Amino acid sequence: MLSTDVFTQIGLTHYLVLAALLFVMGMAGVLLRRNVIVLLMSIELMLNSVNLTFVAFSKYMGNLDGHIMVFFVMTIAAAEAAVGLALAVSIFKRFKEVNIRFFEHLKG
Amino acid sequence: MNHSILMAILILSPFVGFLINGIRYKKHSANLSGSIATAAVFISFISAILLVVDVIGMPEESRRIAVTFFDWMVVDKLNIGAGFVVDQISSIMILVITGVGSLIHLFSIGYMHHDKGVAKYFAYLNLFIFNMLILVLGDSLLVMFVGWEGVGLCSYLLIGFWFTDKEKAAAGMKAFVTNRIGDAAFLIGMFILFMTFGTLNFHDLNALAPTTMEASWMGAVTLGTLMLFIGATGKSAQIPLYVWLPDAMAGPTPVSALIHAATMVTAGVYMIVRLNPLFLVAPNTMMVIAIIGAATAVLAATIGMTQWDIKKVLAYSTVSQLGYMFLACGVGAFGAAMFHLMTHAFFKALMFLGSGSVIHAMHEEQDIRKMGALKKYMPITHFTFVLGWLAIIGMPPFAGFFSKDEILAYAFGSPFGSPILWVAGALGATLTAFYMTRLMALTFWGKSRVPKEVHPHESPALMTIPLIVLGVLSVIGGWIGIPHVIGEVLGHIPNVWEHWLHPLINEIPGYQPLDHATEWGLMATSVSLALVSAFVAYTFYVKKTDLPEKIAGSIKPVYTLVYNKYFVDEAYFGFIINPLVALSKNIWFYVDVNFIDKTTYLISDLMRGMGSLVRSLQTGNMQQYAMYIGIGVVVVLSFVLMR
Repeated sequence: MLSTDVFTQIGLTHYLVLAALLFVMGMAGVLLRRNVIVLLMSIELMLNSVNLTFVAFSKYMGNLDGHIMVFFVMTIAAAEAAVGLALAVSIFKRFKEVNIRFFEHLKG
Repeated sequence: MNHSILMAILILSPFVGFLINGIRYKKHSANLSGSIATAAVFISFISAILLVVDVIGMPEESRRIAVTFFDWMVVDKLNIGAGFVVDQISSIMILVITGVGSLIHLFSIGYMHHDKGVAKYFAYLNLFIFNMLILVLGDSLLVMFVGWEGVGLCSYLLIGFWFTDKEKAAAGMKAFVTNRIGDAAFLIGMFILFMTFGTLNFHDLNALAPTTMEASWMGAVTLGTLMLFIGATGKSAQIPLYVWLPDAMAGPTPVSALIHAATMVTAGVYMIVRLNPLFLVAPNTMMVIAIIGAATAVLAATIGMTQWDIKKVLAYSTVSQLGYMFLACGVGAFGAAMFHLMTHAFFKALMFLGSGSVIHAMHEEQDIRKMGALKKYMPITHFTFVLGWLAIIGMPPFAGFFSKDEILAYAFGSPFGSPILWVAGALGATLTAFYMTRLMALTFWGKSRVPKEVHPHESPALMTIPLIVLGVLSVIGGWIGIPHVIGEVLGHIPNVWEHWLHPLINEIPGYQPLDHATEWGLMATSVSLALVSAFVAYTFYVKKTDLPEKIAGSIKPVYTLVYNKYFVDEAYFGFIINPLVALSKNIWFYVDVNFIDKTTYLISDLMRGMGSLVRSLQTGNMQQYAMYIGIGVVVVLSFVLMR
C-alpha cells in the first residue's frame, strides 16, 4: 500500500529498491563490460546489494540471522576477489591487458 | 593301443604340424618345415595302418571302430557328437590320404625348395590333410561337412598360394565361389534328410533308408540325395560346376596332385558311396548321377585332347575320370567307384607329380609344344610316367584297367545302366587313350622342341622316390580287385576288394551278373578301342606331326569350339555372372544409393537443420551465458510472482 509515508519516512521498501538498483547495475556490469577488474567490481556490487537486503530484513524482522549471513557472504566475496585478482594479474602479465576474452586461453 | 588315442593321433598329428609350421612360418627353412610336415603326415599314416589292421582283425560283419570324443551340439532331436569312424570305406580313404599324402609331402620338399613361403605352404598342406581326415572319418553328415568346408578353404589357400599373381588369386577365388554354390545345395540336402529321418548320422541314415524304390521326383529321399549330389558336383568338379578345377592348376603342382587329383575332388564320390543305401532307393537321382557322370567323362576328355598346357590336360583328365566314378555310382556300382577312386589316386597323383618333375626340369615351362624328347634327359620321370599312362588308358594288368573295366561292365549290365552309358564310357576311354598318348608323345617322345637356353635335367631323389613308389602302386594297385572272369582263368584269385566292401555296400536290386562271354567281349572292345586310339595318337604326334594340324584345320569350327572349352566359361559369364553383376549394380545404384542412402541423408539433414537453429545460442561467450541465466531468472521470477 503506497502512502505518503514513502516520501517522509525511510522504511524497508527503500532499502529493497536501493538493493535492486545496485543489483541490476552490478549485473549490467558483468554482462556488458570486458575489463576483468570492472567485472570483479560489478560482482562485488551484486554481492553487496544482497548484503544490504539481508541487513534490511534482519532489522525489519528484529533478529540477527541476516547479519550472520552477511558475514559469510563477505568472507566468500573476499576469497573470490583474491582468486579473481590473481587470475587477472596472470592474464595481464601474459597479454598486457585484462580483457575477458583472454580467459579463453585457460581452456585445456 | 587304445583306439581313441590312435584316432586322436591320426587326426591331430597333421594339425600339430600345421600349428608348428604355421606359427613359425617366417623362420623355418624348406628342409625343416618339409621334414616336420612330412613326419606329421607319416605319423598319421602309421596310425592309419594300425587302425586298419585292427579293423581287419575284427569279425567280418562288425568291422567298425567308432570313437566319439565329445558332444558337439545337442539341441532337441539334433544330437551331433565329434564322432569318427573307421570302417571298410573310410579305412581305404585314410590309407590313400595319408599314404599318397606322405609321398606328395616328400616330393614337395624338392619341388618347393626355392620358394620363399615354403613353411606356409607346408602348413596349409598339413591343414588340408587334417580337414580331409575329418571329412572321411566323420560319422555324421555334419562332421563331414566341417571337413568338407575345411578342405575347400585349404584348396583356396593353395590354389592362390602365389597370390601376388592376380590370375592365380582369381583362380583360387573361382574355386571357392563355385564350391560355395555346391555347398549351399549340400546343406539343403542335409536339411531335407534331417527333416525326413531326424538324424544326420551315416549309420542311422543308412539303417533308416526305405526299402522300396521312390519313384517320384519330389520324394524326400530323391530331393535330399539330389541336393547332396549337387554338392558333390561342386567339390568333385562335375557338370555344371567343373569349371574351377582346370583353373585350379594355378597352384603348385604337388597341390594339384594331392588336392585336385587324389583326395579332395573324390570327396563327392566318397559321400555318395557312404550313403549308398539312400541313393539306391532313389532311381531318379541315380539316373541323373549316371548321365552327368558319363557326360562329364566324355566332355572333359574331348577338351583334354586340345589343350597345350601339360597340367590342363591332366586337369581335364581328372574331371573325366571323376565322371567315371560318378557314372559308377549312378549305375549302382559303388564298389567299383571306390576302386577307381583309389587306383585313380595312385596313377593321377603319379602323373601330376611327374608333370611337376617335368615343369621343374623345364624351369617352370608348362607348354607341351616347347617340350619333346625329354625321355633321354629324365629317364626316371619318363619311366614312371609311362606306368601312369598305361594305367589310365586301361591296359591290363595295370591298375586302371581293372577299375575302369568294372565300371564299364556295370554301366552295361546293371538295371540302372544302359548300353548308351556303356558307349559313352567306352568313348571316354578311347578319348582318354588319345589325349594321354598325345601328352606322352609331345612331352617325352618325338623330336625335341626345347628352347636352346633350357637344359632339362632329372629331378633329385626326393622327387623321384615318390614317383617310383606311386609307379609301383599304379601297376599293382588294381590286383586286389580282379574281376571274377579273369580270376577264374588265373586260378581262382578272389576279388578281395568286393569282399572287403560288401557289408557296407547294398546290392543293386535285380542285378544279374553278366555272362562271361559278354564280359570278355566288353573288356576286349574297350581295350582294343584304347589301343587303336593310342596308336593313332602316336602316329599323329610322333610320326606324321603335320597331320593333327591339317585335321584341326579341316574341322575348324569344331576344333575352335573344343579348344575354347565349349565356351562354357564365357557362357557362364554371359548368362549368369554378368547379368548377376549387372543386377547387383542396379540394385546397388537404385536401392542402396538412391533409396537407403538418400533416406538416411534426409534424416541427417533434418537433424543438422534443427541443430543450426539453436547453434547460434551456444557461442562459448561466457557473458552471453550469464545473460541467459539472468533472463531465465527474470522469466521464472516473473512467472512465479505474477501468478
